[in-house]
This record gives sequence, structure tokens and C-alpha cells, in this order.
Amino acid sequence: MAVSILHRATGIALSFAGLGILAWWLFAIASGPDAYATFTKAATHPLGLVVLVGLTWSFFQHLLSGIRHLVMDTGAAFELGINKTFAILTIVGSVLLTAAVWFYFLGVAK
Amino acid sequence: MSIGESSTPLGKVRGLGSAQHGGEHWLTERVTSIALLLLGTWLLASLLLLPKLDYRTLVEWLRAPSGAIPMTLFVIIGFKHALDGVKVTLDDYVHDEGPRFAWNTLLLFLAVGGGAIALYAIARIAFGAVA
Repeated sequence: MAVSILHRATGIALSFAGLGILAWWLFAIASGPDAYATFTKAATHPLGLVVLVGLTWSFFQHLLSGIRHLVMDTGAAFELGINKTFAILTIVGSVLLTAAVWFYFLGVAK
Repeated sequence: MSIGESSTPLGKVRGLGSAQHGGEHWLTERVTSIALLLLGTWLLASLLLLPKLDYRTLVEWLRAPSGAIPMTLFVIIGFKHALDGVKVTLDDYVHDEGPRFAWNTLLLFLAVGGGAIALYAIARIAFGAVA
């Protein structure tokens, strides 16, 4: 149940903050180097990074719990044990994937 | 039993579910989710594989068809899926007809407006209007 609520919460975060930032990012690239510099400045600000890491986690959590819901739509994985394991795995997976992505981004120092 | 509820599965899929228009919205949400699974993976992989995330690299990436086309699809399907998903949440919590219509209209305008901005930006880059 918690994972189901997370699915909605992360979906709403991705819809507003995620797509909003995506549109800003694309528009900044289309507007030229100065506009892009403004975007980069905001994105690499500590607060900007917190938002981006949060959205990365939301992306993976929503993706993994979305797969879980697709599987459950077929009528599978309703057994209590499997269902719970699957739910926990989405959280473990989303945290690990987010960590991996940001270790890569910050480690490779782009 | 009020309008919008039906005791039979057939009644529900024929347009009498809680949103009053049957199962199509539900199915669209799932189909777009599968598309976004692929496109989202593409977007993330691209960002990770690009040598740098500086201005020049990104312009060249989005100017090529291999960048511009999937990005266009991601924007269209992403905004559609977001609109569908947020609408379901909204319909679950806003029960009165008037406010529900007003919020749904606002959401629709936001999604179409945001999508248009993003698509305009991609077109501008892809068609070479950016130096």
C-alpha cells in the first residue's frame, strides 16, 4: 500500500517538477548559451541538485512500481508474500539505481 | 447506486465507470507507460553516455534525428501520460462536478502548454535555428 501511494506521489512530482524542468531545460538549450548557463547554474546549485536527485529517485521508483502495477494488472503477484517482496524490491531498486546514476554523474565529473 | 456506478463489468466498460467514459483512459495510461519505459531508458542512457553535458554537446545531440525524434516522442507521450495520471488522482479527490471540470481544464491547459513549449524548443534546435 505504501508503494502504491509512492507511485502517485512520484507520478505527481514527475508530472509537475519533472516535466517542468524538462521543458525549461529544452527551452534553455533552444534559447542559446546564455540561457543554458542560467539553467546550469540553477541545476548545479546544492538546492538544484537535491531536486534533481529527488526526481531521479522518483523516476526509478515510478518506473519500478509501474512495472509492478503492469504485472498485477495481469492478475499475477497478488499473493501476500510475493506482493510484499515485489513492493520492497521497487524501493531497494530505485535507491540503488539513483545512487548509481549520481555516482556516475558526479564521479565522472561532467 | 448513483449515476456513474454500475453493478456489472459490461456497464462499467461501456462508459459508466467512475470517470464516466469507460476503460479507454485506463488502457491508454498503460500503453503510454510501456512507451515511456523505453523512451525514459533511452533519455537516461543518452545523458549518461554523452561525453559532456555542455551546451555544444547537447545542441549537436538534439540536432541529429537520433536525438530529436525520440525526444519529441518522449515529450508528447510524457505529457499525455502525466495528464492521464494526474487526472485520475484529481478525479479520486474532487467529487463535485464544477470544481472537477475546472481543475481538469486547468490541468489540460498546463499539459498542452508545457508540451508545446518543449516541442517548440526541440524543433528550433533540430531545424538549425540555434547556433
